[in-house]
Amino acid sequence: MVVYGHAQPTTPWSPATGSLRPRLQSAVIPDDSTDTTVATVVGKPFSVIDEFNSWRKQPELAEAVAAIRALAAVIRNCEATTMMELEIELKKASDSLKSGDTTSISLTAGCDLFMRYVTRTSALEYEDFDSAKSRLIERAEKFGEISCKARRIIAMLSQDFIFDGCTILVHGFSRVVFEVLKTAAQSKKLFRVFCTEGRPDRSGLRLSNELAKLDVPVKLLIDSAVAYTMDEVDMVFVGADGVVESGGIINMMGTFQIALVAHSMNKPVYVAAESYKFARLYPLDQKDMVPALCPIDFGVPIPSKVEVETSARDYTPPQYLTLLFTDLGVLTPSVVSDELIQLYL
Amino acid sequence: MDARRATTTVPRVRQVGFFTPNAPPAQPSRTHSFPLDSSSPPLSNSPVNSSLSPVMIPPSRHLSDNLVHRATSPLPVPEPSAFRRHHVAVVGSYNPTESLLGSSPPLASPSSRVIGDGEFSEESSAGWFRRSNSAKFASSFSGAFDLTSVKSSETGGFHQVKKPVVAQPKEEKSGAAAVVEPQINKGLSSSSTKPLKEKTTKAERRALQEAQRAAKAAAKDMTVSVGVSTSKPVKQQPAQKKDAPPPASSIAVSDRKGVERSMEKERRKDIPAPRMQFDDKSRVEKAKKRAVVNQSEARNRVELFRHLPQYEHGTQLPDLESKFFQLDPMHPAVYKVGLQYLAGDISGGNARCIAMLQAFQEVIKDYSTPPEKSLTRDLTAKISSFVSFFTECRPLSMSMGNTIRFLKSRIAKLPLTFSESEAKASLCADIDRFINEKIVLADNVIIRHAVTKIMDGDVLLTYGSSCVVEMILLYAHELGKQFRVVIVDSRPKLKGQALLRRLVGKGLSCTYTHINAVSYIMHEVTRVFLGSSSVLSNGTVYSRVGTACVAMVAHAFHVPVLICCEAYKFHERVLLDSICSNELGDPDALTKVPGRMDINYLDDLTNKDNMQLLNLMYDATPSEYVSMIITDYGMIPPTSVPVIVREYGREYLWI
Repeated sequence: MVVYGHAQPTTPWSPATGSLRPRLQSAVIPDDSTDTTVATVVGKPFSVIDEFNSWRKQPELAEAVAAIRALAAVIRNCEATTMMELEIELKKASDSLKSGDTTSISLTAGCDLFMRYVTRTSALEYEDFDSAKSRLIERAEKFGEISCKARRIIAMLSQDFIFDGCTILVHGFSRVVFEVLKTAAQSKKLFRVFCTEGRPDRSGLRLSNELAKLDVPVKLLIDSAVAYTMDEVDMVFVGADGVVESGGIINMMGTFQIALVAHSMNKPVYVAAESYKFARLYPLDQKDMVPALCPIDFGVPIPSKVEVETSARDYTPPQYLTLLFTDLGVLTPSVVSDELIQLYL
Repeated sequence: MDARRATTTVPRVRQVGFFTPNAPPAQPSRTHSFPLDSSSPPLSNSPVNSSLSPVMIPPSRHLSDNLVHRATSPLPVPEPSAFRRHHVAVVGSYNPTESLLGSSPPLASPSSRVIGDGEFSEESSAGWFRRSNSAKFASSFSGAFDLTSVKSSETGGFHQVKKPVVAQPKEEKSGAAAVVEPQINKGLSSSSTKPLKEKTTKAERRALQEAQRAAKAAAKDMTVSVGVSTSKPVKQQPAQKKDAPPPASSIAVSDRKGVERSMEKERRKDIPAPRMQFDDKSRVEKAKKRAVVNQSEARNRVELFRHLPQYEHGTQLPDLESKFFQLDPMHPAVYKVGLQYLAGDISGGNARCIAMLQAFQEVIKDYSTPPEKSLTRDLTAKISSFVSFFTECRPLSMSMGNTIRFLKSRIAKLPLTFSESEAKASLCADIDRFINEKIVLADNVIIRHAVTKIMDGDVLLTYGSSCVVEMILLYAHELGKQFRVVIVDSRPKLKGQALLRRLVGKGLSCTYTHINAVSYIMHEVTRVFLGSSSVLSNGTVYSRVGTACVAMVAHAFHVPVLICCEAYKFHERVLLDSICSNELGDPDALTKVPGRMDINYLDDLTNKDNMQLLNLMYDATPSEYVSMIITDYGMIPPTSVPVIVREYGREYLWI
């Protein structure tokens, strides 16, 4: 956790200013004299980073949602008196959040979308700043709510696509996909799951553990066995780190490979992604993205002359994806750009 | 004939032969049935409803025909009851006719189109009388009807749609019945002699049609009698019949025509105007008469492209130049730009648009509203005439079409309270803003987006010479990126050479090759940047011929293809191939190589019949070969072009 600022507290929060405060208090040991939770940034009684971190403490909450909530709190606690000032505050807060993790596409996308959604012109037509501000807060809360509930909506939408006796191939540990499978299992559907190992971060192992707890038949594969088993698979379910404007997705390394194999064998590839992951990026090829590196532990020392490809993500072009399950509905890849254009209108 | 001009959303079926009035074309059986005996109900009740549909608007021209015919045909003396019965079937709810006419069968009428006024009486009578043959009594009866209907129409007005005009005509009819009587008597006697079968004769029907056409032409001159008498050989129209109806009919005709035209106009607004198809001789003739530029058509034209204009190149320029000072309605700035188009001095979508807009700015500045005319209408008419001049010099590109639409909408939206100078200043400011926002600033945005896609070590390929792509390459070079350029060029224009010269002059490392080597060089290329003339709603890119070839080869080599296009060039049309809409260039350019006099193998062959030269200017690249379109609204996939057209189209028309 990053702690900024001075030791002496500024005006303590009253619970009335926001529902977030009590939570924050409970999360961190309150200390009136050296109230680190109200550490200041530039003399402000509020740190967006802290807010963000406190939200992130919830294991289920996605990074972008925590950021959105934090930004909503920024608006609430902002002391600006004009719209411009408020926007500048928001921009600063958003930038500081983004700088915390430059490789996370969903964080960047979530912040950008929040800014666009909240500051759309309708809110700015009010003469009175306070009413405009309350309107902004309303929109921000709404956006936060939608983002929180996104996973449940996606899980509900995708239930129709999982039929009894189907075999699903999943890659990496996506909480959205896990929610989808959990909901299906809880509604007593009979299906089995093939989990890829998901090297280098072994996320597949974690997922298989979780699924086993739900009594879902799981089979673990090494990443190279995907083409071997693709015959038995009915559909492929993946999550996404980010959905780009072309309709393609950026996801854990290996997704493109699986999508290629599935496409050549005519198996549908479904992507479960929340709508705040829609980013205004447009990669033309694999190298056209911001690199995100992840060290790989091979178990044996690698001689220094040998180069290792440590990229953690790849880009899957839209022609290999069948459908996107989002909280906006079940979409085809070409709708992503439509939504983004409408939002940025 | 003007049949095509008059088409509206509903295809008007020209019904040849006898048919019941207002009978929808879907009732083929009706067309030939005209039971003379009152007992048989040829007019079933079912078609009535359809005949009442407002969709079946009869053309006005037949109105006069009908009137004429009706007027002239001897009125039959049918049994009123019998006639009425049939009549009911035809007319629907129009009761008065029934009572008047009785049950005479709707013999006639095949070609007589339903009269436009929508009066049931008219229609029924039209049905009745249709001429020819025998059904004389029926026709004459309908003539009587006409009288009444005419009267009622005069008094009550009429609508085009078949609204039952029940109340008025009834009284009129009964009033007119007396008038009708003598006519009926007369007609009956003459018609009763004619056998029924004659009506279905094709020749008679054709004659009927001819008669109607002539009658229409006659009616236009408001000399009904002349037309009718001369054109209708089959009909035995007593001359005196004409006297009563003509004055009534002429008024009715004009009224009906007016109403019908306004309805047609509204319907026509929904349909896009048909493009000039140059394989239609009559239209080409008409266009030629209005043309300022004397274009002589080329001789050997490829059959598949006959619908596109093809003129002899190089023949008009001296002629136009000599006329420079003589064309009064033409503005010198417009003339100058037109000449530049003709000579090929200005080429490239943006340059042509800007030149055209600047010429129009001059026009607006020098414009003064003639007395008794409104600025918006007169100026729009002037602009349209200039646009047709430009079209004659060189067919408009799609972006120019969008620009003209924008200008006309701005003129139309001028507030009426503006004085002339204010209006002119506002229009000039709008044009300046359009050029600035949609072309200049848009290009800047495109360049900024595009350079983010250029990395160090890239090999960029471009085709031909696009001004936007050139700007992108120069800007990226200024930013210090290390890349090299491959310029692909093609005959006959060889535009790439000028681009090569400019890029090399600025210090970029370039490779130059012809289009036949594009698959040879493509394996080295990392990105392809292409310009375009227009992007259509299905993602198809419409650009210089050869672009599709380059894009396809790039796709085969998995090289991303980036199209750089300003948003004002997007069009809501959909093109599936390069044939429907294209431009034919100078075929002689294919046979000649500039600077090489010895390559003259085809010189004497160009006039042979079995030798045809085809010089296409544009082609259509399908959307699956395009990776991304860079516009001033950002980088979008080709599937999002209709979204931009939908979301931003309104805005830019309002600016």
